[in-house]
Amino acid sequence: MLLAGSVVICTPVMAGEPPAPARQTELINLIRQDCGSCHGMTLAGGLGLPLLPEALKGKSPEALTETILRGRGGTPMPPWQAFISEDEAGWIVDMLMKGLPDAH
Amino acid sequence: MRIENVFRGLLGLFAAVALSGCATPPLRGTGDLGLVIERASGRVAVVETSHRTKLGQIAGLGDLSHASVNYSRDERYAYVFGRDGGLTQIDMLEMRIVNRAVQSGNSIGGAISQDGRLVAVANYTPGGINVFDAVTLKQVANIPALDDNGKPSKVIGLVDAPGNRFVFSLFEAGEIWLVEMKDPAKPVVRKYKNIGKEPYDAMITADGRYYLAGLFGEDGLALLDLWNPDAGVKRVLDHYGRGEQKLPVFKMPHLEGWAATGNELLVPAVGRHEVLVIDQGKWTEAARIPVAGQPVFVVARPDNRQVWVNFAFPDNGTVQVIDVPSRTIVQTLKPGKAVLHLEFTPRGEQVWLSARDDDKVVIYDSETYLPVSELHVDKPSGIFFTPRAHRTGL
Ligand code: HEC
Repeated sequence: MLLAGSVVICTPVMAGEPPAPARQTELINLIRQDCGSCHGMTLAGGLGLPLLPEALKGKSPEALTETILRGRGGTPMPPWQAFISEDEAGWIVDMLMKGLPDAH
Repeated sequence: MRIENVFRGLLGLFAAVALSGCATPPLRGTGDLGLVIERASGRVAVVETSHRTKLGQIAGLGDLSHASVNYSRDERYAYVFGRDGGLTQIDMLEMRIVNRAVQSGNSIGGAISQDGRLVAVANYTPGGINVFDAVTLKQVANIPALDDNGKPSKVIGLVDAPGNRFVFSLFEAGEIWLVEMKDPAKPVVRKYKNIGKEPYDAMITADGRYYLAGLFGEDGLALLDLWNPDAGVKRVLDHYGRGEQKLPVFKMPHLEGWAATGNELLVPAVGRHEVLVIDQGKWTEAARIPVAGQPVFVVARPDNRQVWVNFAFPDNGTVQVIDVPSRTIVQTLKPGKAVLHLEFTPRGEQVWLSARDDDKVVIYDSETYLPVSELHVDKPSGIFFTPRAHRTGL
């Protein structure tokens, strides 16, 4: 739960509460596995762009959150809003920008 | 060359005997062997289909998300293509890594040539293909996928074709390249341009005649008839889906392993809950079969009587069976959580399915649709059996 704590402290952009620990584990698994099918399991990129901290540095977290929720028209990036809430998307962006911990 | 090979074989034999000490391992064939990718841990499990057991594990293969496997024509060696550009040659009998090359930053799959002497790898970054000697894994050719303006493309849909050729597509440029490798040092590249927007995967029919690329950026499929390469690439099924709202695609479908049932092909529709039946010859849509989700793999049983389908997130716990003659769903199964891939035994009496989030491979009887057994495998994805060695395009 160290994880949740550190998220709250260093995320000024994130409005909502971090997801519950069980949901965090689920989301991290989703990112590695299901986002990973396009972005690579290590998130180093594939059909989709790399989602590693170096690659996202300097990008707007709001815009990235928007991309996750609504997808990016004209590209294969699909909208995830049916499965991921706005707060959760914000939390994901924050995790991606910091570097994702292992699912295990 | 041949003497060298014999010598190599003998050396291998001595090595095997030496390794095993006094106990000579029982001789066995490789025709019932296979590999299951353990995608999260960079390992593969060696399995056999006669008694449905796991024989061992081989570690150290790198990032195996989206990994695929080809086999040498003697079914002794596997070539595992990893996401991180790693190409690993595995000895199926000794269950060890023979050779390994990390050949690019980011790769997506490979193919082995008709004569079995060349292994080609398709790369995303830098986009192109690298070709290796199948015995030594020494690189023999590099073909960058650059369009006319020098802009690189991701390579997708790499397959082998008769005549020691490789065929692949360029995602960004929208091109199909046909490469003849009779002299590996001098590949002859023929480019087909403007074949359609964003080809995302491709396949070749089992007879090696038709290469078909699925398009993501627009409707339809791009078709190249390798018996008539001068006729160029034709767009087929381009009315499919026109004017209709597409669903978002949560996982790119695969075109590999589709069913050729005499005169028909069954392929996954992109962004739709449908499997398409294509009239092969007229290249028109014969039917659409509604299914439980967005299809990912549409795999025919070897006798082509049935087709088994798995689905993209969020329907990836479901597998459906289509009866081909009647084009109806005859079974809806729940083999486990996140079913990523399926593979039939050589003659199709059973089918192996990987349930990633349940850490298991489930084996079904394809006549009764009942589970026969399961194996514990860590985060399994692709399942590849050795008889692929003798099939064009696999
Ligand atoms: C079907 C393939 C696919 C899947 C699955 C997918 N993405 Fe993407 N994603 C893409 C592509 C392609 C792009 C690049 C779009 C472009 O060219 O602008 C992208 C872009 C992005 C971006 C913007 C990156 C940037 O630097 O601008 C983010 C963030 C992102 N994806 C997050 C996710 C997350 C989180 C998931 C899982 C919940 C996910 N993606 C699943 C294909 C996918």
